[in-house]
This record gives sequence, structure tokens and C-alpha cells, in this order.
Amino acid sequence: MTTTLDRVPGPGAEAASANPAGRPRRRRPGRLRKSALPYLLLLPAVFFELLVHLVPIVIGIFMSFKKLTQFFIRDWGNAPWAGWDNYSIALDFDAPAGQALLHSFLITCAFTVLSVGLCWLIGTAAAIYLQEAFRGRGVLRALFLVPYALPVYTAVITWVFMFQHDNGLVNHVLHDQLGITDAPSFWLIGDNSFVALLTVSVWKGWPFAFLIVMAGLQNIPRDMYEASWLDGATMPQQIRHITLPSLRPVNQVLVLVLFLWTFNDFNTPFVMFGKAAPESANLISMHIYQSSFATWNFGTGSAMSVLLLLFLLLVTGLYLLYTSRGRRAADA
Amino acid sequence: MRDTAATTHRSPTAPPRSFLWSRRVFLTLLTGFVLLPVYVMVSSSLKPLEDVSSSFRWLPSEITVQPYLDIWQTIPLARYFVNSLIVAGAATVCSVIIAVFAAYAVSRYRFRGKRVFTVSVLSTQMFPGILFLLPLFLIYVNIGNATGIALFGSRGGLILTYLTFSLPFSVWMLIGYFDSVPRDLDEAALVDGCGPLGALFRVVVPAAVPGIVAVAVYAFMTAWGEVLFASVMTNETTRTLAVGLQGYSTQNDVYWNQIMAASLVVSVPVVAGFLLLQRYLVAGLTAGAVK
Repeated sequence: MTTTLDRVPGPGAEAASANPAGRPRRRRPGRLRKSALPYLLLLPAVFFELLVHLVPIVIGIFMSFKKLTQFFIRDWGNAPWAGWDNYSIALDFDAPAGQALLHSFLITCAFTVLSVGLCWLIGTAAAIYLQEAFRGRGVLRALFLVPYALPVYTAVITWVFMFQHDNGLVNHVLHDQLGITDAPSFWLIGDNSFVALLTVSVWKGWPFAFLIVMAGLQNIPRDMYEASWLDGATMPQQIRHITLPSLRPVNQVLVLVLFLWTFNDFNTPFVMFGKAAPESANLISMHIYQSSFATWNFGTGSAMSVLLLLFLLLVTGLYLLYTSRGRRAADA
Repeated sequence: MRDTAATTHRSPTAPPRSFLWSRRVFLTLLTGFVLLPVYVMVSSSLKPLEDVSSSFRWLPSEITVQPYLDIWQTIPLARYFVNSLIVAGAATVCSVIIAVFAAYAVSRYRFRGKRVFTVSVLSTQMFPGILFLLPLFLIYVNIGNATGIALFGSRGGLILTYLTFSLPFSVWMLIGYFDSVPRDLDEAALVDGCGPLGALFRVVVPAAVPGIVAVAVYAFMTAWGEVLFASVMTNETTRTLAVGLQGYSTQNDVYWNQIMAASLVVSVPVVAGFLLLQRYLVAGLTAGAVK
């Protein structure tokens, strides 16, 4: 283990500092030293990440090649090998299982694009509107963070209550008060559930975009706006040519994180629909959970999860490649 | 420049009127959207059961605090509350300490594997929880069988799981934050005879308090709100609020007023804490992650 230290000798430093009158300390910035210290500092983080994330994922990949049904769940090491069977079941789009997976995947894609887009749009707009000081800005800023601060389940439970058929607020307003719908609608089953899920997801998710963009805006020097104003730039021009380009690096990470969180979201649909989500709001995580635990076929469930991971890796890789190239081009 | 505009005419750099109007409309609508569920939660928690069982009403027919008394009886809410507090509190403390060490190493040292570490820690954000739920369950059960350390069904297992959930974001944010603490400061401390850990705890950590507070808030909220692992990995005695609240729906009745009252009770500590500390979060993000 060769370590390049910026300036600090390793464990010896403690001893040296205990004896300041001892031999002169040879500490110089940029000195090369062998040291285990940075690795020791990283050790706990690496250990826990390995234990809870990486090892289980390796086991998960291993399980996806096993015929892991309820008969072998207690003794899963001895389950027979399935080869690629689990994958061919998951990817056979003519058979019911593959068809359901594909449908759920497409639903999740549509849901993610809409949710991330709306969250980003609302969050950015709100952050830009709150950029200038005005009376009540602090109150609004705190207020807008409430959906983010609320625990997922309490927020989602409240929305579930609002979406109830007989005693919910949404039907009361749309049907009883405004008369827009002919009859009270079902929001938590059938096609409407997609809209309901999207509403909750955006309500819960946009404040994070708001928070990050707001922090990003604070790094834009004020003189840029003042200089452009002297040059006669209008407000929309300033937003287009100063604000949005300056937010580029922030947005690169923000959109990626929102995408991954939304695509993998389990908590929202799980609290909203319980163990069985309606087909039009059957997000991929819920679908895999259901098909693993309902049929006790964990092999196929694992194969589906691995496919999901591969898809996310591919999208993330392409996205980072594309956006960093765009960024380099913009910087040049 | 803006301050001098307190006289009759507007500051030259003040936004145009059209912007002010669109801002007013947008922010009003958004405030309505944000507050609607909050209003429903508060008002319904003060209603008698008849009000929430029949057609929705904006105002309670009578205001009652009975739901707030009943919530503790209908389910063992106090126990779930304590469980959540222990789990989220312990996960936060562990996660922050581990993240401080890791971020210090990355921020202050050059070593082989640094890039691999930062990239792989961040990439765990990509992993679908569902992929490692079952393997993790099997690992915990096997560790329990082999060593007698009960991880499955215990608070310890949940703490262990949750601390790793917030770790990547915490490390990532603290690296940026530590980078913004001038190196001269800890070099001065080293010259004064502190060891590297002394420099970390006496100089870097105190200078990075806002970032650390922000990370702690994030870690606590993550653990307090998690549902998937809590629903699989807890039993009746270790159940957390995330799962326990489902107990208000019985076969015959859904006590919506009690659900709303309980939701409010479990939300208030986190929301209040978050709102009190949110400026640290914004400051932490500004100095750290968003760069």
C-alpha cells in the first residue's frame, strides 16, 4: 500500500506530538510517506457498504441463476442451478411473466420521465422566483420544504385519504363542488391511479430539486446579473444566458439522482396501494417485490432485479458520458 | 444597490412588473398545492369519526381532541415511536461519525484507490433496494445462526441497514464541505502538535459544523421514513412507525381521524427539526455538494 500524503506523516505523528521536545519534526506539505491512516479512516465506511450493499448484490446475482422457490428458501445454497432460465422467463415477452415485466417497465419509464421533469421544472421555477429578496421569502422557503421534511408514509397516507372514493377531498372538490366529473372517480384503482401516484410523487419530490437549485443559485456571483443589466439584458435573457448555464453542473447531478430515486421508488407506491398495486401504477420495484413474494420465486425476482440494475447502469453511464461531453464542449 | 431604492422610485435592477405578477401567481398556486395535504392532516385530526367516514368536509362539525387520545390505545404507538427514535437516532450518529472519517481521508489525503472509493460509494445510490433486500435478509439470518448476534428482526439490523443508506450522500457532501475548510487551518494545528485526528476533531470538524448538521438531518430523515426494509426486517416488538401506522385500518373501519392525528404526531418532530436546521442544509449544500 503506497500512500501519497499531502502533508501529514501517519501514525507516527501521534507519538511525535506527544513529545514536542524530541527530535525535530520533519513535516512538509507534499511529502511522500507510506501510511495506512487514510485506509483506516475509510475502513468503517467500506466495511458497512460492503456488508449491506455490495455483498448482497453479489449474492443477488448468484441467486438469479438458482431455481430458488419456496422449497429451497431455508436451504437456499442447495437450490438447483437454473442457468439462464430465470432470465429467459423474465425476458420472454410473449409469456405472461415477461409481458407483465415489460408493461411495468414501460409504466415506470413514463412515470419517471414525467415525475422528474415536473419536479425539476417546479423546483427550478420556485428557486428562481425566490432568488430575489422580498417580504415573506423566508416563510415560503421553509413552507416549500415541508413536503420533503415529512416522513414518506405520513405524506402518502394523507394523500391516500384525499383520494378516497367516498370521503376524500379530491372527489368532493371535483364532483360535489365544481361538478367537473359526472360521478366520483376511483383514484387508487384503475387508470386514474397513475395520475394519483404521479401527483404524490411530484408533491413529495419537487422540494429536493428546489433545495439543490436554490443552493446552486447562491454560487452565481451577483455582479454577473448587474453587469448584464448594464448591457441591457432583460430578465428572461438573464435567466436563459446566466442562470441556467451556471446551473448546468448542479443539474447534471440533480437530474441523475432524481432519476435513480424515482425509478427505484418503492415507498410511495407501497404505502399508497399496499401489497398489490393497480396495473397502471405498477412501478418496477413493486412489481419485482410482488412477483417475488407472491409466488415465492426469488430466483426469477433476483433475475429481474439484476436486469433492472443493468438498465440503470447503462442509462447512468450513457447519461454521464453525454452530459460531461456537453459540459466540456460548453466550457471550451 | 437595492437598499437605496427605499425611496419612491424602484431600484434600476429591480425585476419588471410582469415578473412580479407571474411570481405572485406561481407562488400562490404552489403554496396551495403544498399546503392542501397539510391542511387535510391538521383539520381531519380534529374531527369526530363521523366527519371523516362520510363525504369530505372542509371544516369539522365539532372540534375534538379525542383522536389524539385514542391513537395511543388503538395501536402501541408509543412503542413504535420509541423504536423509530432509537433506530433513526443510532443510525444517524453512526452514519455521521463514519462519514466524517471517510470524508476527511478523501479530502485531505492522496492515496491509491481514492477514485474507486468515491465512485463506488456514489454508485450504491443506483442499486434498487429490492435487489439487496432478500440477500441482506439471508445474510442477517445466517450471521444470527452462526454467531448468535440477532440482526434479523432486531433494531440493530435496521440501524446497520439505515446507516449505509445515508452514508453515500453524507460522505459526498462532507468531502465538498471539508475541501472548503482552508488547509492552512489544520496544517497550523499539526504544527502545533495535534495528530491528524486531533486536527480533524479540533479544527476541521468545528469549522464544518453546518455541513455535519445538514448531513445528520438528512440521515435522520432517511431512517425515520424508510418503509421497505422496515416492513420485512422488524417484528411486533421492534416495529417502527413506518410500518406500525398501518395498524389504524381494521377490517371494518378505517380511523382516518386517528391516522391523521398519529401522522401529525410522528411528523412534528422531524418537520420541526428540519425547519430549524434547514439553513444549515442549504449552507452545507452550497459549500459542499453543489460545486
